[in-house]
Amino acid sequence: MPRIHTANRPPRWIVSAAVLVAALAILPLASIVDVTVETPWSTIVAMIVRPRVGELLTNTILLVALTIPLCTILGVGLAWLTERTDLPARRVWAVLMTAPLAVPAFVHSYAWVSLVPSMHGLFGGVLVSVLAYSPFLYLPVAATLRRLDPAIEDVAASLGLTPWQIFMRVVLPQLRLPIWGGALLVGLHLLAEYGLYALIRFDTFTTAIFDQFQSTFNGPAAYTLAGILVLCCLLLLAVEAGTRGGARYARLGTGSARTLRLRRLSRMTALICSLLPIATCILALGVPLTTLARWLIIGGAEVWHADDLAPAFSQTLIYAAMGALITTLAAIPIAWLSIRHPGKLVRVIEACDYVTSSLPGIVVALALVSLTVRFAYPLYQTMATVMLAYLLMFLPRALVSLRASIAQAPVELENVARSLGRSPAQALWAVTLRLAAPGAAAGGALVFLAIVNELTATLLLAPNGTRTLATGFWALTSEIDYAAAAPYALIMILLSLPLTWLLYYQSQRSLGR
Amino acid sequence: MSTLDLRSVSKSYGAVLAIDRVDLKVAAGSRTAIVGASGSGKTTLLRLIAGFEAPDTGAVALNGKTLADQNVFVPAHHRHIGYLPQDGALFPHLSVERNIGFGLARDIPGRDARIAELMDLVALDRTMLKRWPHELSGGQQQRVALARAMAQRPQLMLLDEPFSALDTGLRAATRKAVAKVLSESGITTILVTHDQAEALSFADQVGVMRNARLVQVGSPAELYARPRDPATAEFLGEAIILPATLNAGWADCCLGRVAVDDATRSGPAQIMLRPEQLQISADGTGCPGIVTDIDFGGSSSALTIQIAERVILARCTNAQMPTVGATITMAPTGLAHVLDERI
Repeated sequence: MPRIHTANRPPRWIVSAAVLVAALAILPLASIVDVTVETPWSTIVAMIVRPRVGELLTNTILLVALTIPLCTILGVGLAWLTERTDLPARRVWAVLMTAPLAVPAFVHSYAWVSLVPSMHGLFGGVLVSVLAYSPFLYLPVAATLRRLDPAIEDVAASLGLTPWQIFMRVVLPQLRLPIWGGALLVGLHLLAEYGLYALIRFDTFTTAIFDQFQSTFNGPAAYTLAGILVLCCLLLLAVEAGTRGGARYARLGTGSARTLRLRRLSRMTALICSLLPIATCILALGVPLTTLARWLIIGGAEVWHADDLAPAFSQTLIYAAMGALITTLAAIPIAWLSIRHPGKLVRVIEACDYVTSSLPGIVVALALVSLTVRFAYPLYQTMATVMLAYLLMFLPRALVSLRASIAQAPVELENVARSLGRSPAQALWAVTLRLAAPGAAAGGALVFLAIVNELTATLLLAPNGTRTLATGFWALTSEIDYAAAAPYALIMILLSLPLTWLLYYQSQRSLGR
Repeated sequence: MSTLDLRSVSKSYGAVLAIDRVDLKVAAGSRTAIVGASGSGKTTLLRLIAGFEAPDTGAVALNGKTLADQNVFVPAHHRHIGYLPQDGALFPHLSVERNIGFGLARDIPGRDARIAELMDLVALDRTMLKRWPHELSGGQQQRVALARAMAQRPQLMLLDEPFSALDTGLRAATRKAVAKVLSESGITTILVTHDQAEALSFADQVGVMRNARLVQVGSPAELYARPRDPATAEFLGEAIILPATLNAGWADCCLGRVAVDDATRSGPAQIMLRPEQLQISADGTGCPGIVTDIDFGGSSSALTIQIAERVILARCTNAQMPTVGATITMAPTGLAHVLDERI
């Protein structure tokens, strides 16, 4: 009987590390399920079937159903204008359309609320969400539009289709993947965001869970709501996976694609079309920046309390740097395995990591509160738990870049290193990880950015007395001290700017520009 | 000095059999080429020897020491087997010097001198040590890769199509240079290639792989002159394969009566001649045929000749070149080879 050798098996410690991370990743889900199972059925039914849950569900569905189509229309429209027409200053617009990502969502709503204090409810929620999240659709759609093979559109034109028919029947179908992907991302943010909706006084599951947690702490009511929220997230994931389809969208055939021909706009059309990016810029960048500037002027030098700001700044840097480092290190085993030894186990591990990170921060935080309080009390409200939450929430950000760069380091180099006397682990360290370092750094930077702007999990999990830029900003806005909050917002935006530029740059470079 | 010994080695990936019961012996200090079309399993064979893969069944031994069998598996980094992959695979993040020194311990005395010696060995200027891989030409990269593999004084060197990415002229020169370095150091070498001319010119021993099996092993001259079957015959070069009737060292075929290399067999068989064995006879003796096409090739040209019902290929020099439509007579020289009757 042939014996199965271990030669080309991955080293055991790498597999163990990857399995450990995956096991940690399913902890939050398991914990929510566990609490739900332990609660008597009648209690659960009583907590679910009540007007409050119906109201929250209606709010959430309306928010998702209105925001995603609006984001899609705005994102696709802007992407088409900046990528496929000779709109004046289109490169500048392309950068500006990405820039709102540098402004944390709750800073967007802080700006609007302080500009229009009466703004609240569904309208406000949808408006601010569209402005804050439409770059998630703009970026991938613009990148794909640039990559489409112009020959296909030429063929369609030669078959007698009008430009509008070409857009609807040829271009739009090819944008399916980026649209669904971007829509999923927006949807998950809508379900997860706390600060934006709390400020604009629009109740979603996340804000309700937070309120519930603050009033009853570790009570079952918060967990029931979290359970429903988890189901909503899984539903979104399933819808996206189910509609993605298996069609091939890459360019067929060999040879290099011809460069795209830009659609010429007449002067009048160009003027009218420019109104869309101008309006978006005013609303998505102008409002937050002018509001911020106004508060900074009103506050003057007084709001720059070094005693408060400096510790918040350094604490944010420490949290973000440590979180980024831990998350990147944790991503190495699974990233390497998924490239070098793809298989069923690896896919399951990856799925665990991805599902958890798509859960709202409030759910992850709530689960970790419950776990530490019940099983590991010394860890409750410690830095270790906060780091674990960051790891679970942001692992895919590190994973995606790391995977891409490991894939570009040829396996042959590892083989050569092994033939020169290095063990598989040494070969991984001396060759592949050195080559993947830029990707690891980019992934780590994305995690860093996410942590700088993270609010919910930090509020719930951080040790008493912790004050990051985000939680400091939040504490001051909750006291309606908008002027004092402004410096915090400004620093967060400035920290985010380089990363936002990186995102824009990557979307350009992925196309060989 | 080393002897490599493969006994009935098999390897499959899922349902695909990549290596099927391969036996191979490689003598100490010799050069062996494994040649086969892509997908024939030759690279898998190399990976099994290197220790990047483990065989499902069978055994691999070097100098009498078992490297892999049912109970033992020595991993690649403990084998001391040099490996030169297709494009050299220099570490792009390390300078030439650090690439060559990769397999040398940091603290061994005379490390720098050894690296410099290796540069001399592969005929590269020592001033190149500070360069980066992307600043080298393809041939230079291969030489650095060779020096890197030689640094750990391997018992055996594996070359995985290392010349195929180079330009035609550079390919032959690099191949010769590599062969010289390895011979002078007395290192046993195995080359894997899909290029039969490269295999024949490089090696003392050639193995032909087809459909996961090592179908024939022998010296280049022997394999070229006496392939076992038509597929091997045609893989190693142009071949004229004819049905014939054998009788006591002679074969009767469309070319007339031809002397063969096997006097023991009789009855119907297939015989093989290389095109260079068929010459236009100046005195008109031999077998008549009509030239139907001429493929001019410089120093020698290929003739397509119709003899009776058959179309065969022959070669002629410029001086002898007939015109299309001419009738010529052809006479075979040397012995025709009798192919295995199993086929």
